[in-house]
Amino acid sequence: MPTEIDRNQVQNLVERGAQLVEVLPADEYEEDHLPGAINLPLRRLETEAVRILDRARPVIVYCWDTA
Amino acid sequence: MSPRAAWRLESLGFAEVYDYVAGKLDWMAAGLRTEGTNAAHPRAGEVSRRDVPTARLTERLGDARERVLAADWDAVVVINEERVVLGLLRSKELDKDPELTMEQAMRPGPSTFRPYVAIKQMAESMTKHMLGSSPITTSDGRLVGLLLQSDAVRIAGEGK
Repeated sequence: MPTEIDRNQVQNLVERGAQLVEVLPADEYEEDHLPGAINLPLRRLETEAVRILDRARPVIVYCWDTA
Repeated sequence: MSPRAAWRLESLGFAEVYDYVAGKLDWMAAGLRTEGTNAAHPRAGEVSRRDVPTARLTERLGDARERVLAADWDAVVVINEERVVLGLLRSKELDKDPELTMEQAMRPGPSTFRPYVAIKQMAESMTKHMLGSSPITTSDGRLVGLLLQSDAVRIAGEGK
């Protein structure tokens, strides 16, 4: 079960090498994203997650807000 | 959207998956740095004056005024111990009876703006509503700084 985390935990996990993934569409990612985040929109997740992300490292996903 | 992504990653074999549920909005509202095309445009948080004087509810107005004027300011933000904004005093309020407390003299519940608002938008809004200064706060109400209309207008003009 994915663990819900807050801003401070994001910063701590990134320092420890976690991969940050924005799942919003590319145009929103291009405008603003968290430092170091990669873009993997929900629709591309199925086909590209395994190729792009390292399964041995923690992954943090985020979108705009809780919606 | 992110909960679905998190669950899907787990089903794809990722063992350690986290969901930053409050997301980009929360990050930007805290005034934290972002990357991207918008990052090049100034925003309210970075233009706001972080050195704005602050005071507590119980401080005597006369004492606060002395401190504020000595620092070459004409405004002071009233905050609590968590830096949550409770009130604002501009010149008009600072000129009240010095024996009043800050709580009695302040303008309570001032309009606040988030750090990620574009400075151009802030300049337009502050001019339209004749706001000489506005506190910039995080989404949980904590003070980031005080944005002066003169700064907002000047920097928005430089970006044209």
